[in-house]
Amino acid sequence: MRGIISYGAYLPHRRLDRSTIAAVAGTGGGKGFRTVSSYDEDTTTLGVEAARRALRATTARPGALWFSTVAPAYLDKTNATTVHAALQLPADVIAADFGGAVRSGIAALRAALAGGPAALVITADVRTGLPGSADETAGGDAAAAIVVGDESDGPVIAELIGAGTATDEFLDRWRTPGDNRSKQWEEKFGETKYLPLAQQALRVALGDAGIEPEGVDALVVSGLHGRANKAAAKKSGIDGAKIVDDLTGTVGNPGSAQAGLLLASALDVATPGQVIVLLSLADGADALVFRATEAIASFTPDLPVTDQVLAGAPVAYGKFLAWRGHLHPEPPRRPEPARPSASAAARSEDWKFGFVGAKDRTSGAIHLPPARVSMQGGAIDDMEPVAMADVRGTVATYTIDKLVYSPSPPVVFAIVDFDGGGRAPVELTDVEPAAVDIGDRVEMTFRKLFTADGIHNYFWKARPVPAPASDDSDDGAAAKEA
Amino acid sequence: MASHGIKDRVAIVGMGCTPFKEHWDKGVDDLALEASNEAFAATGITKDDVDAYWLGTAQSGMSGITLARALQLQSKPVTRVENYCATGSEALRQAAYAVASGAYDVAMAVGVEKVKDSGYQGLNAFPIPNDGTTRTLTAAGSFSMVAPAYAAKYGVPMEQLKRTLARIASKNHYNGARNPRAQFRREMSVEQICAMPNVAGDLSVFDCAGVADGSAAAIVVRAEDAHRYTDTPIFIKALSFVAGNGSGLVDPSYDYTHFPEIAATAADAYAQAGIDDPNDRIAMAEVHDCFTPTELVLMEDLGFSERGQGWKDIEAGRFDLGGELPVNPDGGLKSFGHPVGASGLRMMFEAWLQLRGEAPADRTISSISGDKNLALTHNLGGYPGEMVSFISILGATPG
Repeated sequence: MRGIISYGAYLPHRRLDRSTIAAVAGTGGGKGFRTVSSYDEDTTTLGVEAARRALRATTARPGALWFSTVAPAYLDKTNATTVHAALQLPADVIAADFGGAVRSGIAALRAALAGGPAALVITADVRTGLPGSADETAGGDAAAAIVVGDESDGPVIAELIGAGTATDEFLDRWRTPGDNRSKQWEEKFGETKYLPLAQQALRVALGDAGIEPEGVDALVVSGLHGRANKAAAKKSGIDGAKIVDDLTGTVGNPGSAQAGLLLASALDVATPGQVIVLLSLADGADALVFRATEAIASFTPDLPVTDQVLAGAPVAYGKFLAWRGHLHPEPPRRPEPARPSASAAARSEDWKFGFVGAKDRTSGAIHLPPARVSMQGGAIDDMEPVAMADVRGTVATYTIDKLVYSPSPPVVFAIVDFDGGGRAPVELTDVEPAAVDIGDRVEMTFRKLFTADGIHNYFWKARPVPAPASDDSDDGAAAKEA
Repeated sequence: MASHGIKDRVAIVGMGCTPFKEHWDKGVDDLALEASNEAFAATGITKDDVDAYWLGTAQSGMSGITLARALQLQSKPVTRVENYCATGSEALRQAAYAVASGAYDVAMAVGVEKVKDSGYQGLNAFPIPNDGTTRTLTAAGSFSMVAPAYAAKYGVPMEQLKRTLARIASKNHYNGARNPRAQFRREMSVEQICAMPNVAGDLSVFDCAGVADGSAAAIVVRAEDAHRYTDTPIFIKALSFVAGNGSGLVDPSYDYTHFPEIAATAADAYAQAGIDDPNDRIAMAEVHDCFTPTELVLMEDLGFSERGQGWKDIEAGRFDLGGELPVNPDGGLKSFGHPVGASGLRMMFEAWLQLRGEAPADRTISSISGDKNLALTHNLGGYPGEMVSFISILGATPG
C-alpha cells in the first residue's frame, strides 16, 4: 500500500484585504483576502515551514525530497538542498527541484507515489501580478508538504487507489524567465481546452480505482484557471456539496502549492474509508484518487489549514507592493549588508540552515552558535549537537531599530532565552512592533535575512507563538487590527 | 600571576586634542598632525625625540605607516592598534607599558578617526566575511535593549527612565556647551530631549553620541623623568583592560542591566590604584556615554552608585558639573561625537586639563579635595553582552 503518510501546510502570516487595492492601483481588487508572504520569505522558506509541519506529524523520515515551485529563489543552484539543510536531513536523502511550471508540483507528487523510497514532496508558490491586475488579486502565497511512502515507511493515512492523466500542448498561461508576473491567453480558450482533459483524467482515475462519482467524498480541484476549475468540478458528476472549498476567498490561488494545500485541507477532516480525489488542471490534467485508512483516525496534523486560515494579520497594500518589488520606498541611509561567505556558510551549515547549537557535555551549557570551547568550565571539543529549531523561547529584552538597514524597516530584534537553556539574539518577524514585550513567547522560523549579490542569506528568526485557535471564531483573525 | 599595574611609574607630559567635528576639509593626516603637534608643543620635544609610537585607529588607516607617513617619522617603531571603540585608550596603554618596561624613554600615543568620509550617518564597521548569521542591528539598537531590561528589573516606570536618560544627555550637552573643542555646543533641556521621536527602542537621536572626526595625542615618559618636560605631569595610577568572551549573547544568566566586563575592569583598576571606595578617591570621571543607557549602567558598574540606584543619583544631580562626582565634564561622547580611535585619548585630555587646573572657569570641577583627587576615564567597545572595556585612573601627584 502506497500513499500519504503525513502532510503539512503553511500559510504566511500576512493577509491583503483585496478591497484596499483599487484605492491605490485605481483598478483591481475585490472581496476577501489573499495570503502574502513576508519580505523575508520566498518559496524556499515557505517550503521549509510546510515541510517542518509535515515531519512533525510523523516519525517517518523521507529518503527523497522533491521541491517544486514556479518561483524558485535560485536557478542553476538547487533550492531543495536548502530545504534539506533546514530540515537536517542526512546526506543520503536526495533533494532536487521540480521547477518551472505548475504541473511540476503534481508531477513530483505522482513520481513519489509511483514508488521508491519515502518521499517528501514540497510545493510552494509566491503569486505575483502587476498592481491592479487580476492575478495580483486572485493569487495567494502558500506551501504544502506531503510525505509519501509505503506502509513499511510509516502508517499510510490515505492510500492511492487510482490515477489518471491527460496531457496536451496549448497556450493558456506563460511567463518569460525573469518576469515577476505571468500572462494568460483569452480565458475562454483555456477553459475549452481544460474541460475535456479534466474529464478524461478523472474518468481514467475513477475507473482505475473502481469508484463511481457518487462514491467520492471530497473533490479537490486545483489549477491557475479558476473558471476551468469550476467547470471541471461542475461536470465531474460529483455532488457539488463534496467539492472542497478552494480557499480563493481567504487565501487566494497559491499556484503550484494549491493542489497540496487543498489536499491537506481535505485530509484535515477526512475519516477512515472516505474517498478523496485530487484533480489538477495544469497543461493537461491529473487526477489522483485516495482512500483514507484507519490510520487517519489517529493522525493529528501539526496545524490544520482552517486554523491557519483564521490566523494572520493584515498587511497594507503599499507594504505589499514594496515587498513584491512594485514600490521602492526610501531605505534607511545605511550601508547594505555584504554578501554572506559561501565557505563560512558551509562551515556552519548546521547552525545557519538547521539552527543546531552545541551543548557542553560537562556543564550542560548550550552554545548558540556552536562553539568548541565551553563558556562554562572551559571544556574543549566536548560538545554534542543540540537541535533548537523546534524549541520555543522567551523574550529577555528587545528593541525596534529604525536606523539599521533592512529590506523592510524597522528591524524588531530580541534576546531570546530558549526553554531548557540557550540564548540567541535574533530578529523577530510576523510581529507588530508596538506589541513586543519582555516575556513574550516565541518560536523559530526559517527566513531570508536579505539578498546581496544575488545570494539569499537564509537564517532563522523568531516569531510570536500563535495563540490557540478558537473553535467558534466567526469573524476570522484576518480582520484583526495590525 | 596577577595584574600588578604600573602605578606612578609612567607620567603623561604632553597632550593634544583637535576640535571634534565634521572636518570636511581635513583628512586623517591633517587630524593626526594637528593633535601630535599640540602635544609636541606642550612638552617642547620633537617627533625625533619620541622613541616609539602607537597609533590608534579603528578603520581610518592600516598599519603604523598611516602615522609614520603623516608625521614623516624617520626609522621609528610605529604600531597601529585597534580594539573597537577603546582603540584610543589601547594606544595609550601600549605606549605606557612600553615606557614602564624600560624599552623606551619617550613614547607617544596618537588616536585618530576620520569618520565623515563614509557618506553615511553613524559609524559603520568594515564587513568581515562571515556566514551571514551575525546579528543585524545598529549599536543604538543593541544598547537600547538595556533600557527595558533595566526598567523591568528595578521596577522603574519607562516614562521615568526616559526622563533619567534625557537628564544624562542634557547634563552632557550642558557641559559640552562650555567646551570649545566639542562638536555640539548647545544646551538641551530634558523636555526638549524627551520630545524627540524614538529611532532605536526608546532612544531618540539625542540619546546617541554624535558622529565626528577628531584626533588626540599623549606623550608618556618614566615618572622620574616627567619634570624634565613639564611642571605639571599627570601620573598613571591604573590601566585596566578586559576583552569580554561574548557570553552575554549566548548565556541566559546575563540580564542586560549591567556590563560584567566593566565591573571586572573597575575592580582591577581600583586594585592597581589602591582604591577601596571610588567615591572617596575619584573626583571626576570621563565615561563612554555612547548611548544614554550606557552611562546609566556605567554609574553602577564603576561603583559610583549601588545597583538599581544609578537613576536616582543621576536625578539627584550627583554627576552634574557642580556635583560631588562630575561625569563627562567635557561633554562626553554626547557632545564630542565619537571618532573611535581618538575618543579614549580625548577623555584623558579632559583629565589632563582638569587635574592641572587648565579647564575653562565655566566648566572647572569643584569636587577635588584632599584624597579625592583622581580622575577616571572609561572607554568601551562592542555591545551589551560582548564588549571590551578600558579604565585609566590618573592623578596629579604620585602616591
